[in-house]
Amino acid sequence: MASKPRVKVPKKAEKGEIITIKTLLSHKMESGQRKDKKGNKIPRKIINKFTCTFNGKMVFSCDLEPAISANPYFKFNARVDEPGTFEFTWVEDGGAVFSTKKKIRIG
Amino acid sequence: MHALTRRQVLGAGAGAAVVAGVGIPVSALADADETQKMIKEFAGGAAIKEGRVELDMPEIAENGNTVELGVSVDSPMSESDYVKDVIILADGNPNPGVATFHFTPLSGEASAVTRMRLAKTQNVYAVAKMSDGSVYMTKTTVKVTIGGCGG
Repeated sequence: MASKPRVKVPKKAEKGEIITIKTLLSHKMESGQRKDKKGNKIPRKIINKFTCTFNGKMVFSCDLEPAISANPYFKFNARVDEPGTFEFTWVEDGGAVFSTKKKIRIG
Repeated sequence: MHALTRRQVLGAGAGAAVVAGVGIPVSALADADETQKMIKEFAGGAAIKEGRVELDMPEIAENGNTVELGVSVDSPMSESDYVKDVIILADGNPNPGVATFHFTPLSGEASAVTRMRLAKTQNVYAVAKMSDGSVYMTKTTVKVTIGGCGG
């Protein structure tokens, strides 16, 4: 269903700098509203939760509804006070989880 | 695959056929009342004030399948004063819910961009809840040329 997530995080930042993060996951985000050729409803299958943590602490998260477009994209900010690792997760209806990590250093 | 369906649908004619073609009965579209109810629920009894929240969306969206949605809230985003949650609602989609953003002081700035579907021309609401419990709201109208409720 979904391919490897794409995430853009700067490699380094000044201490206390607010950086911009962009993420994209290829996913159909089947809304549950569409019907197939026989007129049967295609069951809903979307990414319903996205989270971004830094060194284990929550930075940003989002609950998604079927009204979010296919290939869910996010642009958001994070304040970086120390070097560490961002972890990103996407949760699909049914419980499948896609995730990726990015390191950032200070200086 | 999607494009093919749309072409068939458009070939069939009228704008109403677009809605019917993607299989959404008009009665299933979220109405304004339901949206207002969800805003009240989200506010949890707090007075809903104007200002501080900004919605950045196009006035006219050619393709309702992907409409860029940007939201930002004026806040220092400190440990004691930050934006907790921002809910996005659309009153002309099959369901009003679009997304709920959860920010923390580590977000640095209370702003986010994503892309959403719009079934037809409608109002989009952004309601923000601050760490002190106060609630701010804004809304904008987006004109949609081709609806995107079917994905």
